Amino acid sequence: MIGVRNLSVELGGRRVLDGVDFTPEPRQVTALAGPNGAGKSTLLKALCGILPRTSKLDPRRIAYLPQGARAAWGLTVEEVAFLGRIPHGDRAPAPVARALAQAGVAALARHRIDRLSGGEVRRAMLARVFATEPEVLLLDEPTADLDPRAAFAIMRLLREAAAAGRTVVVVLHAIELALRYADRLVVLDRGRITADGAPLSVLPAAAAAFGLGFGDDGLPHLLPD
Amino acid sequence: MIRLLLLGLAVLFAASLLVGAAGLGVPAPVILWQLRLPRTLLALLVGAGLGVSGAALQGALRNPLADPGLLGISGTAALGAVIAFYWGLAASYPPALPLAGMLGAGIGAAALLGFAGRAPTSASLILAGIGLSAAAAALLAFALALAPNPYALSELTFWLLGGVADRTLSECALAAPPILLGTALLLRLGTGLDALSLGEETAASLGLPTGRTMRRVALGTALAAGASAAIAGGVGFVGLVVPNLLRPRLGERPAALLLPSALTGALLLLAADLLVRIAVLALPLNAEPPLGVLTALLGAPFLVLLARHLGR
Repeated sequence: MIGVRNLSVELGGRRVLDGVDFTPEPRQVTALAGPNGAGKSTLLKALCGILPRTSKLDPRRIAYLPQGARAAWGLTVEEVAFLGRIPHGDRAPAPVARALAQAGVAALARHRIDRLSGGEVRRAMLARVFATEPEVLLLDEPTADLDPRAAFAIMRLLREAAAAGRTVVVVLHAIELALRYADRLVVLDRGRITADGAPLSVLPAAAAAFGLGFGDDGLPHLLPD
Repeated sequence: MIRLLLLGLAVLFAASLLVGAAGLGVPAPVILWQLRLPRTLLALLVGAGLGVSGAALQGALRNPLADPGLLGISGTAALGAVIAFYWGLAASYPPALPLAGMLGAGIGAAALLGFAGRAPTSASLILAGIGLSAAAAALLAFALALAPNPYALSELTFWLLGGVADRTLSECALAAPPILLGTALLLRLGTGLDALSLGEETAASLGLPTGRTMRRVALGTALAAGASAAIAGGVGFVGLVVPNLLRPRLGERPAALLLPSALTGALLLLAADLLVRIAVLALPLNAEPPLGVLTALLGAPFLVLLARHLGR
């Protein structure tokens, strides 16, 4: 499948990733967490094969949703979803219809994406990812700026995708989302993986990476010290 | 839509052959072959080349204000052509004119797209285009100041104003292959431009890296807009206006605009060239107004309207 071994990346003279080993598993939602600048997005791009000097991968098998993805034009939701068929070189309507339904935006198919709410835009972008029918989904902060309800809805979609046999890797800032929806939590800090395991078991390391302290009860109170 | 455009083109094509200095009517064969047919064919070619160049540039730069004229690509093409003209290359070797125009346009397009790759905001792009235009205009003025004689100066000036009149069929034959080739190249870029509409990283993840699309847009624009500027001079605003006219009707997906933009550009320029000929019949003018003057007069208010619409 996909993965990186001993990956180091320098961008603009700064070492962003330093000797990272990471292989996501199928049928799992793997969350990547860590403070800003930890290298999460870079790791995702490396997995996707779009960084310079990373091996090109088959775009039919891997779909990638960058952070804060937006459409430059007033495309309709359906047109955005059809872009997911580009790697297959077809405009097959069936996978697109399934993807729109799966992402919960079938009713918005003919609406312009620049006139939708933030949560709807994110769902439309996910419909594009689903329309590719990839084996691997790489998503960079798909829940950022969303209200809790919309964020939970997106995470449930990703759980469904994993249950259907896909490999899902998602960058999350919100540890509580990782605790609730991820099978595996990988903590990155300053370009290194500092913890990797079941979300609850790596919680202390995650809290430390974010600079969060622990309460007297031994649970992180998830507030800055 | 495509059928409607083709129908309009057929009607205007016929009208263009029948309208001239003598008014409406079937012209003598020599006028038909030497005057009407070349200018009709050129209006079609140049309009199509500029229309599709505008649509492709707007898609590549993700900006509805992109236009080969506005961003200086036509300016560098004109500069190339003037240099060829000035050094007498065009007189001794006729294909030098379109070739130099394409070379100038290619350099301009590559500079602009290379810059746009690193500075993606509208403002910086427009500023870069203005800079390129200004540099091309300054060098053009310099070339004109060095013109060998008043006759050459007036010929250059008139050519720069833009137009498709008084070109021969052999000049058409020189310009046609690059314009058609560039247009064909740009028409094939729809998928790459569509992918770019979601950003460079998404495009790369879909298997269509930005650099490849940008290089092809630069090459296609250099061929189509460069050869157009070399043969027809400064005909502006067609590439800007056409895709923006079509978006409300056809949607904003870049691929869906390419072919209609080529056809609408041809339609628009043919109509404008007819208007120029009608103007000299209907108004007290002693010569046809240059085509480039007419497209600028029509295009400038459109640009202001567009800017207001975008500002909202």
